[in-house]
Amino acid sequence: MPSNTVTQLNYTASTRKSRFVLSRLHSLAGLLPLGIFMVEHLLSNALAIFGAERYNEHIAMLQAIPFLPLFEITLIAIPLLFHAIYGIYLSFISKPNANVYKYQRNIYFMLQRVTGIITLIFVIYHVWSFRLGPLLSGTEVSHSLVSEHLANPFIFVFYITGVISAIFHFSNGITTGLITWGITAGPASQRVARKICTGVFVILAGMAVVSLFSFL
Amino acid sequence: MTATTVDKLVQLKVRRKDSTTGESYWEEFSVPFRTNMNVISALMEIQKNPVNAKGEKVRSVAWEYNCLEEVCGACSMRINGKVRQACSTLVDRLEQPITLEPMDTFPVEKDLVVDRSRMFNALQKIKGWVPIDGTYGLGSGPLISADHQQEAYKYSTCMTCGCCLEACPNVNSGSPFIGPQAMGQVKYFNMHPTGSLQKNERLEVVIGEEGIANCGSSQNCVQVCPKGIPLTTAIAELNRDGNRYALWSWLKK
Repeated sequence: MPSNTVTQLNYTASTRKSRFVLSRLHSLAGLLPLGIFMVEHLLSNALAIFGAERYNEHIAMLQAIPFLPLFEITLIAIPLLFHAIYGIYLSFISKPNANVYKYQRNIYFMLQRVTGIITLIFVIYHVWSFRLGPLLSGTEVSHSLVSEHLANPFIFVFYITGVISAIFHFSNGITTGLITWGITAGPASQRVARKICTGVFVILAGMAVVSLFSFL
Repeated sequence: MTATTVDKLVQLKVRRKDSTTGESYWEEFSVPFRTNMNVISALMEIQKNPVNAKGEKVRSVAWEYNCLEEVCGACSMRINGKVRQACSTLVDRLEQPITLEPMDTFPVEKDLVVDRSRMFNALQKIKGWVPIDGTYGLGSGPLISADHQQEAYKYSTCMTCGCCLEACPNVNSGSPFIGPQAMGQVKYFNMHPTGSLQKNERLEVVIGEEGIANCGSSQNCVQVCPKGIPLTTAIAELNRDGNRYALWSWLKK
């Protein structure tokens, strides 16, 4: 944990820009490949609400995408690993103080870090149980496999927590991403963006929770 | 003054430090209350009679102040946990005992006195001035519209008090962040028509190691700023300018 006291700045302007580039890539990775993939994934899983058949058909369709592993690695795995590793680094160099400064944005700043860590733990487990695990053991991923998995109440609660954390992290990430990309500059536009993102959170979280219950 | 107000006491709890290398310790004081008393006048009471709550005579509490009207930025300290100016904090609006702590984002010199030179170094780094000196007369500068002046005025009120750095979760020993104050001043000098001659040099700092990449959008800076400077607006605008500058200067390479 860093201490609160900073060291003196030297009077030479720094010329290294790697931190800036990494921070922009971190934002971009979270919004575009990961954000779009997560929304697609949540929509795919919502098909379970319409029954096992629709769900299994859709899985078969997704698995029929040509060069699927290539897309999975370049558009999901690499951005995800980068976003996670840089995100962990960012959480470790910040010193959250929401216990003293109880402003909404400051609480969300802390939650963004907490939900990021929860999401990472959840995603590792989730990828292992439904992608890498079945791939190695040759098990077919289907509605029944997911149902069996979610029948365990601990796993179910873990899934609810993980999915809601991921959606929170994404929705709040859009509001801060709009600032990182210099779009919402003033407090009024930032307020509107926050309201829209709250709406995104409510819709996606509601859909995800209903989808999870439909597996039971 | 009525007898009741004279009898009322103000309880203060100060986190003290005898020297830069010394250990911090808490000391309690009680001083007589006066109507409209602010934290500075409470500290002045300790100065008049440096006796702690146990009745022991102690070294008087050290703190900094100049203007007493929230324009100099010297008396920033953490009052009941939150950073603010001691001069504009009225005692009767605070919960007691009133805890006073130094802004320990900065090196603590003695008691409540901190070394804020980091922020002045930051102003040198970002070239926080409008270049008007030359070997010949540069003539009068361009006119500035009233709207532009109004917008710039807000940033000109920055008094380098350090509240934004103290409240920022990303200004700490583990992070190289130069802090929101410097970002606000980059915006201020870059929007000045003559100041903008050094726009890119300032943006180099913005996109550098200590720059804007370290901002985590907790937005505490704008909440605690005693002058109400729109620091988060400056940061968002510098994100836009910095992104453009970084991209175009790379594409032109």
